[in-house]
Amino acid sequence: MKIAVASGKGGTGKTTVATNLALSLGEAQFLDCDVEEPNANIFIKARINESKNVKVKIPEIDKNKCNYCGKCSDFCAYNALAVVKSNILVFSELCHSCGGCELVCPMDAIKWSERIIGKVEHGQNKGIYFYHGLLNVGEMQAIPIIKALKRKINKKKIVIIDVPPGTSCPVIESIIGSDYCILVTEPTPFGLHDLKLAIEVVKHLSIPFGVVINRDGIGDKRVEIYCEKEKIPVLLKIPERKKIAQLYSKGIAIVNKSYEWHEMFVQLFYRIQDEV
Amino acid sequence: MKQLSIISGKGGTGKTSIVAAFASLANNAVFADCDVDAADLHLILKPKIKNKKGFHGLKIASIDKEICNKCKKCIDICKFSAIDKYINVIKDFCEGCCVCEYVCPVDAIKMIDRDSGFSFISDTRFGPMSHALLNTAEEASGKLVTEVRNNAKKLAEEQNKEIIIIDGPPGIGCPVISSISGVDLVLVITEPTLSAIHDLERILDVAHHFQVPAIVCINKFDINLDNTKKIEKYCKENCIEIVGKIPYNNIVTKSMINEKTVIEYSNGGFCDIIIDVWNNTKRRLYA
Repeated sequence: MKIAVASGKGGTGKTTVATNLALSLGEAQFLDCDVEEPNANIFIKARINESKNVKVKIPEIDKNKCNYCGKCSDFCAYNALAVVKSNILVFSELCHSCGGCELVCPMDAIKWSERIIGKVEHGQNKGIYFYHGLLNVGEMQAIPIIKALKRKINKKKIVIIDVPPGTSCPVIESIIGSDYCILVTEPTPFGLHDLKLAIEVVKHLSIPFGVVINRDGIGDKRVEIYCEKEKIPVLLKIPERKKIAQLYSKGIAIVNKSYEWHEMFVQLFYRIQDEV
Repeated sequence: MKQLSIISGKGGTGKTSIVAAFASLANNAVFADCDVDAADLHLILKPKIKNKKGFHGLKIASIDKEICNKCKKCIDICKFSAIDKYINVIKDFCEGCCVCEYVCPVDAIKMIDRDSGFSFISDTRFGPMSHALLNTAEEASGKLVTEVRNNAKKLAEEQNKEIIIIDGPPGIGCPVISSISGVDLVLVITEPTLSAIHDLERILDVAHHFQVPAIVCINKFDINLDNTKKIEKYCKENCIEIVGKIPYNNIVTKSMINEKTVIEYSNGGFCDIIIDVWNNTKRRLYA
């Protein structure tokens, strides 16, 4: 079973929920798909022993063959190629590797080379088979790294997916194909607003979902009222506690410090199993 | 005209609350919400929309089944697996490259505009605002960020505003790069958690990579003083100024619930700290 943990708004506690859920289960595969800012291993503490570069294909122009006709730059939907007088520039960060430039080139001047945009790392801590992706600094495109991560999915295992914030392409790529999605929010106007956006995403993908309210007590009741009205299950409420915030700040998972919380996350999993 | 971008790497460190507070303090500014994925600044600034424009990101393939001869060349050539075996376009996968249109031997494929969202030009009680809405599951948020920034620039020029304050998205990828490229100064909001420190280091690398000067503000600095010291040490070693340390205070959430900036909502010592952050930021912006 694949469970994605998403939120819309950043910093609501996705990683807290995802890591504590995985650790409470004891055995699971964990994918941190927030490849721009991956934090899950701060809590999982897997010893990374495998690291593989993620490469994308980019065009390489044979300047002996190129006649600078500009057909490739006209065709490129991403402005990754520019022909200026008798020179041609490749802006490789913008390239989506669609292959269009090669198709339209009348001189057969385009070959492909590979470029490293980040990496996927793997490690293990007890029963947690941990994977995360890291987008290199200055790179634009998280998608190829998320795709590489998702190829690691072992369908026989329980898979927990930590999703990046937002509602656009990297979020879709991370969530798609999951059996269930936990949406983590906080009881504030920002939390509610972004929860609604996240709900649109999971509805769009037709994935069953429920809500976890983090920092419960900090704001108002509007998130709960909304969930009740829309018949969205509230799976768990994590109260606003200084102790919890402090453990988080130190990179310590609460389930490792409290049997009560361990049980709550196990129950969360059973609840989801029932929903799917 | 100066441009200040407020970012964080990690989400939820308080970017938008601080931008809203700055809105209360800035005299002659334009506000740009570049977190187009999950925009929240409008919940506090309550913009009155004056101009709304449809945004079309990348195009999307549309296949005319009447013309299609089912040769499936499009399926084979698509690098994004965006056409299924029944020759239907999968909207979430299509990246608008136009390769299928090009290879189709019977011209059954047209690339059409995608309704990706809207950009808005608005008025707020603090001054003009440029913002946007990206539709669910759309791409090209970087392109929409650029549009928001261009609109903000136009507003600033028309109305003689001296500063553009940009509320940036979390992360380090495409929309973040679009939010900081060419700005005069980046203010990174962080907090003393191991996660935020990890993300701070990465976002500062991004700012450095694009040669944008950066300063740091530590929010909720008192939730872990050891980690605050770590941030201070890191910043000192890398010659990055810390323009303020803001203590944890529930006033921030309360003001949000009341749809007010923290400066409007209260006027105690907490506001003085935010005012100091603003003044220090301004000093660096005009240095």
